Amino acid sequence: MTTTAAPRLDAEPAARFSDLIAAERIKLTSLRSTRWGVLFSAVVVIAMNANAAFADYRNWPTYPAGIRASFVPDWAVGDAFQAGAAMVTILAAGTIGALAITSDYASGLARTTFAAVPARSSVVLAKATVLTAVLLVFGVVVAGGSFAASQSILAGRGINVALDHPGVLRGVVASALLAPVCGLAGLAIGAVVRHTAATIVTTVAALLLFPALLQDRRHLTATILHAQPYGAWGSLRGLDSQHLMPYPATPLGSFLVYGSWALAAVLVAALAVRRRDL
Amino acid sequence: MIDVNELTKRYGKATAVDRLTFTVRPGQVTGFLGPNGAGKSTTLRLILGLHTPTAGTATVDGRPFADRPRGLRHVGALLDAADVHGGRSGYAHLRALAASNRIPRRRIDEVLAEVGLQEAARRRIGGYSLGMRQRLGIAAALLGDPPVLLFDEPLNGLDPEGVLWVRGLFRRLAAEGRTVFVSSHLMREMEHTADHLIVIGRGRLVADESLAEFASRGEGLRVTVDTPDPATLTAVVDVAGGSTVPAPDGTLTVTGLTAARVGELAFEHRILLRELTTRSASLEEAFLAQTADAVDYLAGENR
Repeated sequence: MTTTAAPRLDAEPAARFSDLIAAERIKLTSLRSTRWGVLFSAVVVIAMNANAAFADYRNWPTYPAGIRASFVPDWAVGDAFQAGAAMVTILAAGTIGALAITSDYASGLARTTFAAVPARSSVVLAKATVLTAVLLVFGVVVAGGSFAASQSILAGRGINVALDHPGVLRGVVASALLAPVCGLAGLAIGAVVRHTAATIVTTVAALLLFPALLQDRRHLTATILHAQPYGAWGSLRGLDSQHLMPYPATPLGSFLVYGSWALAAVLVAALAVRRRDL
Repeated sequence: MIDVNELTKRYGKATAVDRLTFTVRPGQVTGFLGPNGAGKSTTLRLILGLHTPTAGTATVDGRPFADRPRGLRHVGALLDAADVHGGRSGYAHLRALAASNRIPRRRIDEVLAEVGLQEAARRRIGGYSLGMRQRLGIAAALLGDPPVLLFDEPLNGLDPEGVLWVRGLFRRLAAEGRTVFVSSHLMREMEHTADHLIVIGRGRLVADESLAEFASRGEGLRVTVDTPDPATLTAVVDVAGGSTVPAPDGTLTVTGLTAARVGELAFEHRILLRELTTRSASLEEAFLAQTADAVDYLAGENR
């Protein structure tokens, strides 16, 4: 019936996942808001950590002997990875992940995308792949930049730690991985909720608010806290307070928490987009 | 070729599409006509697998569209010109779509040239007029050079020049042997575009026939003819099965024949015509007469 059509395009090539990755990469990087959001967040996070180091550098002469004795490594590591900076990282990565999918739904572009690629789960897997890559670069730059900036400031007083100090590299890796884990969580929530504002509220509540409500003094709440990305990050950073905690988490367990969140998020996102009307 | 069979879609208690069955054939422009809320957009989304039917099937070239891993080489669709992200340039929008279906980049320039958007392609879509967005949507539909094309209200927002261009494009795509399915809620938009009509109201099939057949039902087709020789034309029209009524201004009103047929008869019998017009009001009337009981929201109706 349709043989009379004169196709000017080549016959259809086999479907490749890498084509979807290319498409999602174009979609993510062609938005000014993504580029500025990533850049701005990175600057803020590094600046917050550098500022903490600068405060300690300035106040060092006034510190009592007790603090001076424990400054390396705990305080020095703390300056590299401030809790507030981690929260900004979570907020930025979670929002970027959420917007990666809700902006498609909000604009109606999802219809155009899924009409072009009916294999919806593959689209979302490609989106998750691109998001992970972008946020991994973001995380490495932010964690590495924060460590380098803070320690070079502290070096002025000779109170910096080196990367090969026990546990320090683990803290850098944990801070770098925090961004992609939270980005994927935002993506999954966005795939389920679909509305931008509701998605961001849910993401902030799940990744920031909920862990803030949990006490680490009781076994149950400490366990739940360790099972959150923010809690796992805190354990992996390995500050002094961790040694004093009644129920500390193991590094392996904390990395497993990261992995489980990422895997579960990808699964939820891939399943959520199947067969739903749009 | 699009096959819709007993297609039904319910949202809770509301039935948007009710046991629709029709076939859209290649090589012609098929108009998909119905009042607002008749279920046209829902039907198109069901065909594209964007909505899941409650019952029944919709296939494109023998397969449910949703079963295909990549779609652009099979169906090109413009559902809503607003289904784009305003923050991207038109070019980036098309580039992402092309990449997902492994369509070479040169094709983007081809379709941009086709729709006349080369100048604006590097600008953000957020700054486009509705007409420009329609053109971008048409460019996206053409990307995969598909045998089947769906357009939902494509004439919205186009200027008269754009409307002419779109009509020409649809006719050309059909002449190339493609299946072209175009929805509209305005009969007169279809009058110069479609060869065949599928008319629905309240989700049900109202008519599935050629444009001329549809128009000649109901009130009857009316063609206004101005000729210096009304007597001969009246006789010829009578023989051909139509009837004529003289109008006060000296013209003839022909019923039961299409304008094309009247033109042919006049040509065969060497009758000079000064005017030959299909009274579009009659097409609109035919449409209204046949969908009146299927209109959801009649103005002023007590409900």
